[in-house]
Amino acid sequence: MAEMWLNMGPQHPMTHGLWNLRVKIDGETIIQAEPIIGYLHRGWEKLAENRMYPQIIPMADRLCYGSSMSWSHLYCSTVENMLELEVPERAKYIRTIVLEAQRIGSHLMWLAALGTDLGSYTIFLYCVRERELFLDLMQNLCGARLTYNYTRIGGVRNDVPANFERDFTRVLKVFEKRLAIVEALCDESAIFRMRMEDVGKLTAEQAKNLGVTGPNLRGSGVEYDIRKDDPYEAYSDIDFDVCYETGCDAFARYRVRVDEMYESCKIIRQAIKKIPQGPYRVKPPRTAPKGKAGWAHVEDPRGEGFMYVIGNGDDHPYRLKVRSPVFVSVSAAPAYLVGYKIADVPAIMGSIDMCLGETDR
Amino acid sequence: MDLSLAPNAIAMSAQEFLAWSKDVMDQLLTASGAKKAVDKITAPIWSWALRNANYPLHFGVACCALEMAAASGSRFDAERLGMIYRSSPRQTDVLLINGWVTAKLRPDLRRLYEQMAEPRWVVAMGECAISGGPWYDSYNVVQGVDTFIPVDIYIPGCPVRPEAMIDGFMKLHKKIHKEMKGTFLED
Amino acid sequence: MAQRAGLAAGGKTGEIVAKELIDRFPEYVKITKVTHNRVFAMVDKVGLLNVAKFMKDALDFDHITAVSGVDWLEEKKMWAVYHITSYSNRVTAEMIVELPRDKPEVDSVTPLWGGANWHERETYDMFGIIFIGHPRLERILTPEGTDYFPYRKDFVGGRRV
Repeated sequence: MAEMWLNMGPQHPMTHGLWNLRVKIDGETIIQAEPIIGYLHRGWEKLAENRMYPQIIPMADRLCYGSSMSWSHLYCSTVENMLELEVPERAKYIRTIVLEAQRIGSHLMWLAALGTDLGSYTIFLYCVRERELFLDLMQNLCGARLTYNYTRIGGVRNDVPANFERDFTRVLKVFEKRLAIVEALCDESAIFRMRMEDVGKLTAEQAKNLGVTGPNLRGSGVEYDIRKDDPYEAYSDIDFDVCYETGCDAFARYRVRVDEMYESCKIIRQAIKKIPQGPYRVKPPRTAPKGKAGWAHVEDPRGEGFMYVIGNGDDHPYRLKVRSPVFVSVSAAPAYLVGYKIADVPAIMGSIDMCLGETDR
Repeated sequence: MDLSLAPNAIAMSAQEFLAWSKDVMDQLLTASGAKKAVDKITAPIWSWALRNANYPLHFGVACCALEMAAASGSRFDAERLGMIYRSSPRQTDVLLINGWVTAKLRPDLRRLYEQMAEPRWVVAMGECAISGGPWYDSYNVVQGVDTFIPVDIYIPGCPVRPEAMIDGFMKLHKKIHKEMKGTFLED
Repeated sequence: MAQRAGLAAGGKTGEIVAKELIDRFPEYVKITKVTHNRVFAMVDKVGLLNVAKFMKDALDFDHITAVSGVDWLEEKKMWAVYHITSYSNRVTAEMIVELPRDKPEVDSVTPLWGGANWHERETYDMFGIIFIGHPRLERILTPEGTDYFPYRKDFVGGRRV
């Protein structure tokens, strides 16, 4: 019996973000795990009470910087629900396209980080190169690479540039071919499969009870996707499948995300053909009545994102609550880790796709 | 120091010997001009080596860390400039802080800085590391890394573009070149 | 086997869920708004655990989306807000529990849904709401030794470090 507590973090190449994973090990086997977060806590929700509604949009970008478009969109959706504001159709389609492009970018960053964890620098280089294509598209649209500040309460900030459809079609064509190469690099690699299969198992019942959502839940066999089951924006008009796997292990979660990238390409192609003409933005009221509440939940690339806002009678919110999917996934870490070896920790935590900015807020 | 048997034998402890010999060597080298000559020859070589092999620490804090990762990708390729990330602070030269520092992280970051061996440099990347950034009224965010760590280079941006980060490292190269420390690495 | 969590034939809409809640707990639950996939209710503090158990067992609400707190300084009360989702019925319910501000205590729902564990810890850390029966009610986001509750309205934000 050689038990000891080991600190993995806060400075550790495998932690994607700043957190501390304390594991109690008996030799090499993990018998207990305790995640410690709070190294990035800035009191986001308190800061939001000091800002006007439009000023919170760039703050929301910096909640989860890996998929910043989806968080500023979630915030705008929440305020639109509170004000009962109807967004024009063109804006809905533009948002859908941009959200799916963001989903691909976020999953590519996840795969790049996972590759680095497992020691494969090649996966990192390939994925970062593909991600640059999508960042170029975003830069043409709104000028920024990482934190876009593009959605507005009532629509989007500006209309699409010229050559929007041409650029997206070209990128998607190239990307699907290259994604097949990266997929083959991982799926046909005996080392990758050995390290990812049969580790980090989480059954469907455990996942549902622990509140795990998103690709982590779908990798355990539960076929629930908010885009399909509680649609928002233009998703109800678009035909796509919900990707799920029954393996329950880290490899299944990896497969779900790769399949989601292919589905996102499908969604973008359909949405580009169906964009209607019309206004891209409506002017929202400046203030919200005191006590009026609204909430929205979306399928963030990492799971179920949710925000809840209460108005104050003037142009600041009274309370803005953020629910982060990674907060719950990290809290479920003991369920994922107990019983496996230390060397499996990067593979398991990498398959969960963490972004600490939204966890600590 | 026991000088009873001088000049045949002198007894001294290990500490005393180290202190005495260091002084004697130092005075000898400075007086004869050897120190200056060696410094003049080796300083350009050392400066070339130090600035072309800046090993940063594998430390990603927040949003700017993604741009730091993109800078090591194939489009911007920071590795051609010698920036190979190391996982342990003992093996690094540069501490690159790319995100906001909270009160919980501050003692750990200070400890990381102290674990780095000289010569070392600190680069504050992004508005949050320079001065607290957009979180200026937060109760938990340190308003600037230079409140507890001496910073050499400040790279503005929110987030910092990879080209700007590489430009910041070029400025660090210039700074190292100007310092021109020789063999003895003192001033 | 994969479970299709969508609306199976015979799934309950929001209206049916609201009706069943009112029928079972008329003294604890007050429904404020109902749509086909949303239920908004105010729940009495005393009956929260029974209502939650009923929702989990009989109405298939198997996923707790969020537990949050709201501080109403002037009205001298606090809210604990629960958002609970049912995968098979595709309904999300919002339950608000009113608590007195000088003694904000409520039963913890962690024994029912493990996902509420960290949400309740965070609400305690930020507001000071005590969840009775929580396995480990400690600070989670603020550093150790913090002696204030940051999101309360009488805590004035601003630079401190």
